[in-house]
Amino acid sequence: MLSSSTVSQHTTAGVREITLGQAIREALAEEMRRDPRVFIMGEDVAEAGTPFKVLSGLVEEFGTSRVIDTPISEAGIAGLGVGGAMTGMRPIVDIMFGDFIGLAMDQIVNQAAKVHYMSGGKLKVPLVVRTTMGATRRTAAQHSQSLQAWVSHVPGLKVVLPSTPYDAKGLLKTAIRDDNPVIFFEGKMMYQLKGLVPDTDYTIPFGVADIKRPGVDITIVATSSMVQIALAAAELLEKLEISAEIVDPRTTFPLDKDTLIASAKKTSRAIVIDEGYERYGVTAELASVIAEGAFYYLDAPVKRMGAMDVPVPFSPVLEDLTVPTAASVVEVAKTLCGRV
Amino acid sequence: MSQTESPKATATNKDEEQARWLAMYEQMLTIRHFEEHVNQLYMTARMPGLAHLYSGEEAIAVGVCAALRRDDYITSTHRGHGHCLAKGARVDRMFAELLGKEAGYCRGKGGSMHIADQDTGNLGANAIVGGSAGIATGAAMSIKMRGSDQVAVCFFGDGALGQGVLYEVMNMAALWKFPIIYVCENNEYNEYTHYRETTAGDLSARSAAFGVPCETVDGQDIRAVYDTAQRLVARARQGEGPAFMLCNTYRYYGHHVGDIQRAYYRSKEEEERWKTQRDPIQLLADWLVEQGMTDHTLFERIEQKVQAEVEAGEQFALNAPFPDPGEVEEDVYA
Ligand SMILES: Cc1ncc(C[n+]2csc(CCOP(=O)(O)OP(=O)(O)O)c2C)c(N)n1
Ligand SMILES: [Mg+2]
Repeated sequence: MLSSSTVSQHTTAGVREITLGQAIREALAEEMRRDPRVFIMGEDVAEAGTPFKVLSGLVEEFGTSRVIDTPISEAGIAGLGVGGAMTGMRPIVDIMFGDFIGLAMDQIVNQAAKVHYMSGGKLKVPLVVRTTMGATRRTAAQHSQSLQAWVSHVPGLKVVLPSTPYDAKGLLKTAIRDDNPVIFFEGKMMYQLKGLVPDTDYTIPFGVADIKRPGVDITIVATSSMVQIALAAAELLEKLEISAEIVDPRTTFPLDKDTLIASAKKTSRAIVIDEGYERYGVTAELASVIAEGAFYYLDAPVKRMGAMDVPVPFSPVLEDLTVPTAASVVEVAKTLCGRV
Repeated sequence: MSQTESPKATATNKDEEQARWLAMYEQMLTIRHFEEHVNQLYMTARMPGLAHLYSGEEAIAVGVCAALRRDDYITSTHRGHGHCLAKGARVDRMFAELLGKEAGYCRGKGGSMHIADQDTGNLGANAIVGGSAGIATGAAMSIKMRGSDQVAVCFFGDGALGQGVLYEVMNMAALWKFPIIYVCENNEYNEYTHYRETTAGDLSARSAAFGVPCETVDGQDIRAVYDTAQRLVARARQGEGPAFMLCNTYRYYGHHVGDIQRAYYRSKEEEERWKTQRDPIQLLADWLVEQGMTDHTLFERIEQKVQAEVEAGEQFALNAPFPDPGEVEEDVYA
């Protein structure tokens, strides 16, 4: 799932196909080798390698003093992360399910996000909180949410939403090297997603959107899991002779407004998709950026698509209705393009 | 028991006692069979998602709930099937919920980790570790405010001892003498990590620090669980405040049904030791035989009854319809 631009940048090096989970593991391992201040703490991160097995093998290489199993104390470990980061370490805190950032929210929002500003720029919090997002795993309302809007709202935090193995690896390295608190959301249904990743060290700067597929008739801005949905929709739309451009902002903050606006100006139509709840969501912000920046170029209102505004239900027949699908994106695109 | 009891009364008491233990035996067996069927449903890809099985821990839910009234409250955990059944949930509607069917306790919206049933006082299983500590303590507060004589029980695992909210609410329960029993099911593991690697100090000293008495119980011995629960529940009902029960136990299956390769965190020998030497159902059965309260045919009858009920419940759920798609947007607000 390497975009054309990124492939050409890296064809000099060896490129392999690996999964998103492997890409994350590689990024962590390489950064831990590079910088002894980097360490991981979280529930069942060591021998178990997390319930998603993403961290398998790290404790064998780095030992239990750098891959630390913690009690089930999200507030506590987030707090340790903040304090550790302020005093010379570069902690990576693992919050197993994104839903559990609720427990760590004070540490993230009132502590980590505020420290640098409140100290007049003297103190820094180079903390990474890795967590997950995404529904359709049949784990119901407390294990399925995509809460990136919560943290994207708060000044002082940076928020990353990788959609491919290539992006995941490069963005995670940037997150670890960043001197600010970064919340890194991994699509839990995407860990097995494969993609081409160079075998050399590379980083991807924050705030640079990636055109995952060029097109001319409609812009589909999508994040994380929804990038795959958008790409599938683009395939279907092509058969209808609608050429969709897929734009992945990759970070909700900093946000590459220019690329979003330029694409919408070019196509004059835009859909924005994110797996968080639709209302007051990431899509609302992205849509308003486009509406403000490309107003005179738009032929249709910007359309938002997100998770249905309900707690995620368990029953598969209900759960599947709550997230956008390629088919539902196609329908919206057809409407915006006057093809109904 | 008073010394002046007539022989007839003693006989009745003995009958009652026998009926009580046999009911508990049957309830434990029901949970055991239920969980085995859940595991099979998962293994044969007929159940969506995962489930955390209660097998091995039955004596705690059954012993504690036997000391409760129907209108007493419980809150449960991700490993909650046993609590729900012991508090009076029906097998068929439990299965239906696990399969995401309309007939389930939550109309398919909750699934394995969220079964709630207010008719039996079950305020809900909870997929957030420690997530029901506030709910249970709040229910106990409400009992007190309403002048009721109900009692609340909060079930949670050893892993929940890591959550700060538990200590916040326990402090308030002690301050304001809420009628609540905190029941910690120490099955020795937080997922894939032994509790000794995550939990410092003396487990029983935690509640003691708030002046909440802690009783440590063999969680495989339902008679000990029941006796302790009865005492603590009676005490809470009389307005004497909260208590803590630390029940030592073991889960037979993995953390969840998909956790099959367990050798990296616990040994087969350890598992076998618990299953063969400390099985709560076997321990009660042995005692019942010893007391002459039962015989082989009675066990056989109970076994058949339980099997039939569980199989019928499973069939009911497999054949039951899924919810109507329109229900997805119902129930967001009251
Ligand atoms: C707040 C929170 N953190 C992490 C998890 C993931 N998780 C689910 S069960 C579990 C272990 C719970 O251990 P324990 O409380 O001992 O219960 P047991 O599974 O042993 O019955 C963890 C970490 C969660 N559900 N909620
Ligand atoms: Mg446990």
